Amino acid sequence: MGSVTVSLVLNGEQRTFEVPAGRRLLDLLRDDAGLTGTKEGCGAGECGACTVLLNGLPVPSCLVLAASCEGADVVTVEGLGGDRPLHPLQRAMVERGGVQCGFCTPGVVTTGAALLEHGITEPLEQGRRLAGNLCRCTGYSKIFEALQAAAREPGDD
Amino acid sequence: MTRRDSYWAEGPLPETPSPQSSPAPWGTTRVVGTRRPRIDAYERVSGTAVYPSDVVLPGMLYGAILRCPHAHALVKRVDASRAEGMPGVRAVMTGRSKVADLDWPYSRRDHSKLFDPHCRHEGEAVAAVAADTPQQAADALRAIQVDYEVLPFVADERDAVAAGAPKIRDGGNLAGEPEVSERGDVAKGFAEADVVLERSYRCAYEIHAPMECHGCVARWDGNRLTVWESTQGVFRIQATLAGMLHLPLTDVRVIGHYMGGGFGSKLQAGKYTVIASLLARVTARPVKLFLSRQETMLCVGNRPGAEIRLKAGVKKDGTLTAFELSSLTSPGAYEVGAGLLDWLARDLYTCPNVRTESRVAFINAGPARPMRAPGHPQGAWALEQMIDELAEAIQMDPVELRLRNVPKVSQARGGKPYTSTGLARCLEEGAKAFGWSEARKKQQQNGRYRRGVGSAACLWIAGGGGPPSTVIVKLFADGSVNLNMGASDIGTGTKSVMAMVVSEELGVNPDQIRVENADTATTQFATPSGGSKTVPTESPAVRDAAIAVKKQLLALVAEEKGWDPADLELDGQAVVSRTDPQRRLPFAEISRLQRQRVIVGVGYRGPNPEDAVVNPFAAQFCEVEVDTNTGEVRVLRFLGAHDSGRVLNRLTYDNQVFGGITMGIGFGLTEERVLDRRQTGKMLNANLHSYRMPTALDVPADMVSLPIELGDTECNTTGAKGLGEPVTIPTAAAIANAVHDAVGVRVTDTPITPSRLIGLLAVAHKEG
Repeated sequence: MGSVTVSLVLNGEQRTFEVPAGRRLLDLLRDDAGLTGTKEGCGAGECGACTVLLNGLPVPSCLVLAASCEGADVVTVEGLGGDRPLHPLQRAMVERGGVQCGFCTPGVVTTGAALLEHGITEPLEQGRRLAGNLCRCTGYSKIFEALQAAAREPGDD
Repeated sequence: MTRRDSYWAEGPLPETPSPQSSPAPWGTTRVVGTRRPRIDAYERVSGTAVYPSDVVLPGMLYGAILRCPHAHALVKRVDASRAEGMPGVRAVMTGRSKVADLDWPYSRRDHSKLFDPHCRHEGEAVAAVAADTPQQAADALRAIQVDYEVLPFVADERDAVAAGAPKIRDGGNLAGEPEVSERGDVAKGFAEADVVLERSYRCAYEIHAPMECHGCVARWDGNRLTVWESTQGVFRIQATLAGMLHLPLTDVRVIGHYMGGGFGSKLQAGKYTVIASLLARVTARPVKLFLSRQETMLCVGNRPGAEIRLKAGVKKDGTLTAFELSSLTSPGAYEVGAGLLDWLARDLYTCPNVRTESRVAFINAGPARPMRAPGHPQGAWALEQMIDELAEAIQMDPVELRLRNVPKVSQARGGKPYTSTGLARCLEEGAKAFGWSEARKKQQQNGRYRRGVGSAACLWIAGGGGPPSTVIVKLFADGSVNLNMGASDIGTGTKSVMAMVVSEELGVNPDQIRVENADTATTQFATPSGGSKTVPTESPAVRDAAIAVKKQLLALVAEEKGWDPADLELDGQAVVSRTDPQRRLPFAEISRLQRQRVIVGVGYRGPNPEDAVVNPFAAQFCEVEVDTNTGEVRVLRFLGAHDSGRVLNRLTYDNQVFGGITMGIGFGLTEERVLDRRQTGKMLNANLHSYRMPTALDVPADMVSLPIELGDTECNTTGAKGLGEPVTIPTAAAIANAVHDAVGVRVTDTPITPSRLIGLLAVAHKEG
């Protein structure tokens, strides 16, 4: 398979990768960029563990071809906090117990950060948009709690 | 060996010495019992925690397994010649490869081959490859030619015991004789009853579906093997690998610092663990082998479904007179355990006459693995719906009927007492907090949406923990602490809870305690984290180790200062006097500690009381809303009242309650392994799209955790009992009872799907 060159902004940094043409964005992140925070749970867009922000929108990176990300802005769980170690939602997840085994967590906080960014605070609407992020441990209730807590404290990051 | 043997142990367990301390129960606590975030939450939430599936090593190859596409087939010929020559392919392994000619122990009583030519379930391993990239490995699998002789299959245990069923094991389709348990005289009991009811129930097969798929990375250094495995217990993986590969235990290192969920499906090594190790050996390269989601749904465990027939008798005053239960279930094609369906009928309520008969049949489906409270949610599904029906028949509140029959002793164990039983308080206080009586007194409902409330109770057969466990606590000169224990933290918060136990004894902030765990080379032996026994097993050993440190520290201060050691206590990085506020010596000023640099304490887990049973108890309450036009059930609220002994960390405790209830909602409403029973025997929903786990939309916003603490001073030195499994046992039955309360229909089969419920509603409507 031939290779392609992909230039993108990854967690705020301009990066260029030479990857096989069939490379998934998920593999570019995990294998080429070494950002293993983004997880693979199904490889079929069903579980949401591999969610990243692509131009500000949460997408399952297992369904995105790396080659299609030329010029894109990609944020992974490692970059959610921007200049800070953690995004307010990540901090709220720690405090409220929204994290158990933690394997779904990077995808959950990435989707959740996008919800907050877009001002979606109504729990049912949050639920609709989080329904693509499966969690087998928490029962989601502490995740909702963390979302509410983070929404209340947007200014201090 | 019976089906009831503990499923978390393999082979003889090491005996650990007696603990050196026998401390009194904690009185007022500083740290234990509070709500504290996990000590490793930063790693888990930031993406920096390295899970086994994140491990990347220089020169690493990718392994993959070719799996039988048929439910039942014989492998007649495997031609791997094309695959061997493909680019990037470094190794191809089949049943004919000498190195892979190994027996595979499905259990201690049932073996097959690692690559068995007789494939008894879809997904059985036929061959394996290692290649430079995952894509090359996948291509190589496709290039392997296999000739199968497809055999008739059985995809349902009811078919397995039908006349003329294809025989899938040489000894027949039944795994041994039915297991019978009996006490009293059920005929007499039914004769004494005012009401006798008999019902059939059915539970679907459930899949564990942890978010991290099963797999490992294997690397050899000479004759030494290191494996990073997504597992609930590194020592059991080590034992299996050492045994199968004829290696000394010391040459097999298994590491599992983080893992992405297991729920019982990662208590044991998989064929993939051995295959990855063999591929790494023949290629002399590290090999990563993680299963696809589809493979995990076919091959690495399930909660066996069940047919349960239950007959029960009750007197008008609520006295239970007899239970007769017969069950049929299947662990798949091998005898890997599928029991305990009858345990609740035998032990949860006072009943003098009980007879149970359990049959286990083989079918052509993937092998079961223990799943969160094996057998119990299925048993509760039957028993707890029956209790509700009996209550209705004698016009008694179902909570009241349960309360009248709370047992004082474990009847299934010959009348041994429990160290504590909070069942009555779970029912009473749970009902009160839920507003049960008020919720039951609702108006007649005639609209499209109808609400109802339901309850169910349980105990869990285990949850007491016990030896062996050895733990090492090191206090460093600066007052920071290293806690060394073998147990895995499978997401429950084990590491955090144990750090709090150390903190309680040593007065060191939990943030200054680092936990080294789940590594066979550097930590002490521990049994896998399962059976709701990790906290009750490990926390007393941790407390013993911390006390050993404290004793040494106080002794050397007493010697150094000439103070009375009995008067000394630890507080905030200092040794202080209990009586003289002037006497306070910070760790930094203890000269012996500063010279010694470290104090090492070793702790052990003492035995449980011999003459008593340690079990957790629970009652759950819920409210549902049924859409009578569509059959959809919406869970509006849930309350879990749990007696799991002392709460060590309220935050991780509530996590277990809410997570367990959610898994129970899946069992009750959506989850079902669907096999094509007629035509192919294959699984039709081996993916997360059509195998439907609860999503964020399926859980109630209103979930309440109500710990019931009785102050059990007998069970162990921390007073904690297991929690992770009871939390999911009564959930589905409580939902079924609530659905009945809402629309007057009994749903006896899981899951309560809209189509199933709308069908039953239509029948009920027709019958008027």
